[in-house]
Amino acid sequence: MAVEHESRQKGLNPPEPVLLPGQTYASIDEQISAIVLKRPLTPGWLFGTLLSFAFIMLLTFTIVYLIARGIGIWGVDVPVAWGFAIANFVWWIGIGHAGTLISAILLLLNQKWRTSINRFAEAMTLFAVACAGLFPLLHLGRPWAFYWLFPYPNTMALWPQFRSPLIWDFFAVSTYLTVSLLFWYQGLIPDAAAVRDRAQNPLKRLFFGIVSLGWRGSAIHWKYYESSYWLLAALATPLVVSVHSIVSMDFAVGIVPGWHSTIFPPYFVAGAIFSGFAMVLTLAIPLRKFYHLEDMVTLRHLENMGKIVLATSLVVAYGYFQETLMAWYSGDRFEWYMVQDRAFGNYSFAFWLLLLCNVVAPQTLWVRKWRTNVLWLFVLSLIVQIGMWTERVVIVVQSLHRDFMPSAWHMYYPTVWDWAALTGSLGLFAGLFFLFIRILPMIPTHEVQKLAHEREPHPERENPAAAAKARP
Amino acid sequence: MRKERPLIYGLMAEFDTPEALLNAAKQARAAGYRRMDAFSPFAIEGLAEEVGFRFNILPWLILIGGFGGAILGYFMQWYGMAISYPINVGGRPLNSWASYVPPTFEMGVLGASLTGFFAMLALCRLPQPYHPVFTAPQFDLTTRNRFFLCLQANDPQFDARRTWQFLANLHPVHIMEVDHDPQDMVAITHRIHSEEM
Repeated sequence: MAVEHESRQKGLNPPEPVLLPGQTYASIDEQISAIVLKRPLTPGWLFGTLLSFAFIMLLTFTIVYLIARGIGIWGVDVPVAWGFAIANFVWWIGIGHAGTLISAILLLLNQKWRTSINRFAEAMTLFAVACAGLFPLLHLGRPWAFYWLFPYPNTMALWPQFRSPLIWDFFAVSTYLTVSLLFWYQGLIPDAAAVRDRAQNPLKRLFFGIVSLGWRGSAIHWKYYESSYWLLAALATPLVVSVHSIVSMDFAVGIVPGWHSTIFPPYFVAGAIFSGFAMVLTLAIPLRKFYHLEDMVTLRHLENMGKIVLATSLVVAYGYFQETLMAWYSGDRFEWYMVQDRAFGNYSFAFWLLLLCNVVAPQTLWVRKWRTNVLWLFVLSLIVQIGMWTERVVIVVQSLHRDFMPSAWHMYYPTVWDWAALTGSLGLFAGLFFLFIRILPMIPTHEVQKLAHEREPHPERENPAAAAKARP
Repeated sequence: MRKERPLIYGLMAEFDTPEALLNAAKQARAAGYRRMDAFSPFAIEGLAEEVGFRFNILPWLILIGGFGGAILGYFMQWYGMAISYPINVGGRPLNSWASYVPPTFEMGVLGASLTGFFAMLALCRLPQPYHPVFTAPQFDLTTRNRFFLCLQANDPQFDARRTWQFLANLHPVHIMEVDHDPQDMVAITHRIHSEEM
């Protein structure tokens, strides 16, 4: 199999299959459940988890210090009252969007290649939204009063201000988290049942028995399951577009030059998908290598994701172009000054860096040889994430530091605690992901089996040897 | 193994392909069986209809949940901003509906999604940790690579001997008896696909 795979990688054959031949229902199940049930603790996993744990400790320490001292420990001050925290929030929530896009929109568009990557892309969404949610709460200054955002009956008889985009944001993000969780968990139910039925260890049987809710694969259940799954996907599709649009309104409704723009909602959504697909590539490439999933996460998946990265990169580039054009065309002095300052002012290095990362680097994906080069895709995915994070920082910081009144102009310098919160959240994300791949099946077994069924009706019969080998 | 036991849950036939199962369900339906269920590792197109699935109420429930959430969401904002605690913000109308659209939309999606997930579980009668079919030997392969058809003993057509023969004619891999649930079986039997009229 490895040799065959190697030759596929070298030759420029017609489109790669989404599932390599030779896989039977049993072998798919075996391979996926074995990662959870049989694979011993590997030093690589242990090292990754411990490293992430160290960063989670850093995050915890930062949060405690922040609560003790207030947000003055960060570099934020007037006029740059929104620093890294808000940029991190926008960046993280954008990363989550690719998971929903893969699981919902590609499902509705009947794109078969989404099948083996959707579970961990959805997990990525959940963890990214969890990281994202931390930042606005911490940025409140009094995080313990965060529930004031929620319209609950209170003794002060107060309501949140529903005309404010910040409240819209609270509704959008919390709905997004809930819907993503339901969608992810529903997809997991039949797979948890499969792991339950394979598990030898009674504790694992019990755990997966509870997670699977007693799923038994009844035809009636499958009918309701699919009905609900498709409708949740149809609901998640406008939802995901609304979430980053609403996030962008946190900026666009303000009058700050560089924020007050109608291009923001689509431009933010495209940026979100762009960075999110880059994150899926960052996660998928090591996963398929270390867990030997090349049969199910094929080059075709990577190539398609590369194409989406390229397409969204072009949309983002168009957004940059429009922002600049409109600033010039509107004749607004402040807007035009903002554009000049962005390109040649104090933070110009960040602006050119983001253009290099988000616009120039992805152009290599026009060439098929680069698009199918796994190593380059991995490196590029990291470049894109750095670029998108820089873009969020530029939007937040550079716009604020030169507003209308020169007397109010001030620089923003991130402190060590700004960096600690950012790296800590990366650790939290990685740590949750490491736990996820050990504890839950990361590829949806039943969907890959269905794919195998659609491709060749009797994989068991045509490959009796493979089927026998995989039998327990 | 072939003996008359009136008090069983049903007879279960095991097949090795989805097509064999679909065909078996079709034949069972043609032979007049109504209380049956099929089990498979993944969803099979058209199988649910063969084992008696008739009307899918779920999309309607989701529609109601979605509109319910949206109406509730708008009502909450209108009540909070215009009735309970009116504040004049820059001369905007108290019922500034355009500003209430995003939370209304989010509440609609939330209502529809929560309804979709929990109504799906309720219609499937899940969570249900125990079910008689779990006692069938090899039934754990239903999540792996085997396809099962269970004809229930409470079907008027059911006769242990004749039904066994009927299943045997479908050329399954195995036929098994499924023992009864210790508790009252009737209560758990899916009301959804009983056609006792």
